[in-house]
Amino acid sequence: MIHAAEGGAGILFPIWQEILVGAIAFGLLCFVLMKFVFPMMEKTFEARVDAIEGGIERAERAQEEANQTLEEYRRKLATAQEEAAAIRDEARADAVAAKEEILVSAREEANRIIAAGHAQVEASRQQLVRELRGEVGNLAVDLAGKIIGQRLAGDADTTATVDQFLAQIADDTAETSGAR
Amino acid sequence: MTDSAIVLAEGDSHFPPGIHSFDFADWFSGLSGTALTHMFTTITFVVWLSVAILIVFFLWAYRKPQIVPTKKQWMAESAYGFIRNTVAIDLMGKKDGVKFAPYLATLFLFILIMNLWAIVPGVQISPNSHIAFPALMGALSWVIYMAVGFKKHGFIGFLKLTCVPPGAPWFIYPLLIPIEFLQNLILRPITLALRLFANMFAGHLILLVFILGGFEMLNSSNFLIQGLSIFSFGMGIAMTMFELIVILLQAYVFTLLTGMYIQGSLADEH
Repeated sequence: MIHAAEGGAGILFPIWQEILVGAIAFGLLCFVLMKFVFPMMEKTFEARVDAIEGGIERAERAQEEANQTLEEYRRKLATAQEEAAAIRDEARADAVAAKEEILVSAREEANRIIAAGHAQVEASRQQLVRELRGEVGNLAVDLAGKIIGQRLAGDADTTATVDQFLAQIADDTAETSGAR
Repeated sequence: MTDSAIVLAEGDSHFPPGIHSFDFADWFSGLSGTALTHMFTTITFVVWLSVAILIVFFLWAYRKPQIVPTKKQWMAESAYGFIRNTVAIDLMGKKDGVKFAPYLATLFLFILIMNLWAIVPGVQISPNSHIAFPALMGALSWVIYMAVGFKKHGFIGFLKLTCVPPGAPWFIYPLLIPIEFLQNLILRPITLALRLFANMFAGHLILLVFILGGFEMLNSSNFLIQGLSIFSFGMGIAMTMFELIVILLQAYVFTLLTGMYIQGSLADEH
């Protein structure tokens, strides 16, 4: 009973054997915990922070990538729409031009046909007039000769008369066709 | 091999309890009187048991650490993280805090489990009610904060930092410097050790007073006094609850003060 032997103050003086035991025990505890346990915990904490921050970072990266892709698609879509509009406009312009061209050529064709028709009719008329002039003259002379029994063929007066007559006819015809 | 409890029970002077209540006999009576006396007692056994429990628990709980912790891993991390975050990092900042957190956490856990024996049924004695263990840890704290201070500021620089508070008028210095020197460089480890020791010592005495007192009353020939012993036991139980608070608080205070002293050594000139 050492404390009792030393009196009340004895409790304030450490027993060196206990200090020794405490030092060895606490030293062992410090060695194990500070070397093998707590550094591992710090590593785990760091890994945990990394995992969380890394996850956030990955998510942010994915978000950014998605945004970029979306933007790209929007841009492509806009370009495609512009192109489509351009093509449509061009086609419309082409169609208008083609229509104009067709109309012009059709009109020209029609005019040409009309003109050709006119010319042909005129030519036919001239030919008819010419043929008729000779024939009608001959017929009339023949007829007159037969009626009056006189050979008038070749006579200048007769020819003049016939021409005069025919001119009159031609005039009448012209008046009639002009009036018509 | 005799246990202290038996010795106390057999002795006729076990009530009232006194400083003899803190004497624990050697387990091997042959060692008494040799240099190895006090080496194998209930006290030292409890110290070894505390260390063994902590080592086994932490090595077992932290054998395979995972990012998503298991329950036992979470418990181990919480024990360390409590001191790491609320004491070390709060006081010293992230960088220095993480550096000193392992020692502070070990210190806290060691004191805590040593204190806890004060209310463990069948043991009910904390090794910290022997001055040797608080003194050892107080001295270690002193060595650490002095070493940190000398390393950071140099010998003279650290003495100046701790003993010469700036801003005081010059004529007060002859009074102030010795006081600061005594307080910061000499008394700190002693107050650390005494605070813990005295709390555990007093706690043990209080429990003894009420529990042994209860038995003393029970042994009385007076029926009324026997009946009143129930209040004594009730107080014993209540004081055990109170003791639990003291146990937690003292372990925390010792660690917190050690952390503050180290932080003071790390601090720049104020």
